[in-house]
Amino acid sequence: MTLLVSAAEPSCYSRFVNEWFCWQYVDDRRGQIIDALLEHVAITVAALLLGVLLAFPLALLARRHTRLESMVLGFSAGLYTIPSLALLPLLVPFTGLAPATVVIGLGLYALTILVRALLDGLRSVPDDVREAARGLGYGRARMLTRIELPLALPVAMAGLRVAAVSTIALTTVGTLVSYGGLGDLISHGVQRDFRAELMTAAVLCVVLALLLDVVLVVVQRVLTPWTQGAR
Amino acid sequence: MELFAETWHYLLDADNWSGGGGFVARLLEQLLLTATALVAAMLLGLPLALWLGHVGRGGFLAVNVSNVGRAVPTFALLALLVAADWPGSADFGPYGRAGLATLIALVLFALPPLITNGYVAMREVPKDVLEAADGMGMSEGQRFWRVELPLALPVVASGVRLALVQVWATATIAALVAGPGLGRIITEGFARNDYAQGMAGAVVVALVALVLELAAATLQRAVDPMPQSPSPDRDDALSVRSATVTEAPTGG
Repeated sequence: MTLLVSAAEPSCYSRFVNEWFCWQYVDDRRGQIIDALLEHVAITVAALLLGVLLAFPLALLARRHTRLESMVLGFSAGLYTIPSLALLPLLVPFTGLAPATVVIGLGLYALTILVRALLDGLRSVPDDVREAARGLGYGRARMLTRIELPLALPVAMAGLRVAAVSTIALTTVGTLVSYGGLGDLISHGVQRDFRAELMTAAVLCVVLALLLDVVLVVVQRVLTPWTQGAR
Repeated sequence: MELFAETWHYLLDADNWSGGGGFVARLLEQLLLTATALVAAMLLGLPLALWLGHVGRGGFLAVNVSNVGRAVPTFALLALLVAADWPGSADFGPYGRAGLATLIALVLFALPPLITNGYVAMREVPKDVLEAADGMGMSEGQRFWRVELPLALPVVASGVRLALVQVWATATIAALVAGPGLGRIITEGFARNDYAQGMAGAVVVALVALVLELAAATLQRAVDPMPQSPSPDRDDALSVRSATVTEAPTGG
């Protein structure tokens, strides 16, 4: 099909023209692009969920035990210095060349941000609020779910936004184990010097990050209606 | 878990350390890249950030540049620079193939943490200290060099540390677009299904990253004019206050 098109008039993504922006390419390879996009979103969401699920108990435990807190924070500071391209190979012996490698790797990065954000958020709850709740007869569990977590939410959500945006960007590196979502298109685009593919994937990555950020801002507004007047 | 044994053997084999594509050559290449990019970014970004913080303008830009930097995938930017006609993938002196494209990408990704931290550092100098300096009759230049800069230095240094980590990570990713550096050992290993080589490369990259981070942390402590200060945001590893905002891996 490409041959037919180029016979009539070289399409804007043919080897000879090789334009950066080419709608024809997006039109012709729609299926491939959407597949990559969906894989990208799936990996990002899975990594973020993993990060959140692990960060919650870790943060709650770390809050109770100071020794554990410095251990958790030290570990996350160390983990975050390891480049993503080095972290993924280190996970391969355990998970193989599978999406799980990328999800776990990125989940760990997200975890380092989320644990700190949760701890910061819980620390931002004023002591007199806690005392008032205790005076009203709130137990530990009810205090956590009804008082502390809602008040920690703005700070925790700020952390989640940072984690989400950087996870979208980092997913591209997953192309090392061939599960990089849009990163696979970028990688292929570099190897074949295919500019339209490269540019399309890069732009989609940034758009995806911005969209996810907007979604999280809206979620935060809905979950914390009391913060709106304060700003 | 045979892979671990193979990785160990790969690391112990002296042949893998010498020669053109060996660990030593690649490591020097990446260290050279990292140092050049970091110094260039500091020369470009720090004066701007410190000046913006000093006059108290452009705060929105200075703080948000980090958020934008985080949203752009390092891999995508590197790929775009290499695929472009300029700087392209041509050899660039000791920096190797696609050296110039890699350097530009590294500088661009080092700038956001430097600018954000530089600006925030200057703004966080207590107002009463500035007033005291003015009251003592210090000129603006004296106030900047003798009061603001020394007090801002720890936070500026933490920005440099973040930038260093960022540059090292990005320099590793340069290998995904056939650039120079240690990442090449990882990507070559994966391309040839030699996972022991990939693992060995990753181990070296991670270890050097930790060493650099520790060195930077030591340096940061050394420039602190008030080392015993209990203030949480003046401490390094537990820089909790600014942690969630600034200490996140940007897209690398």
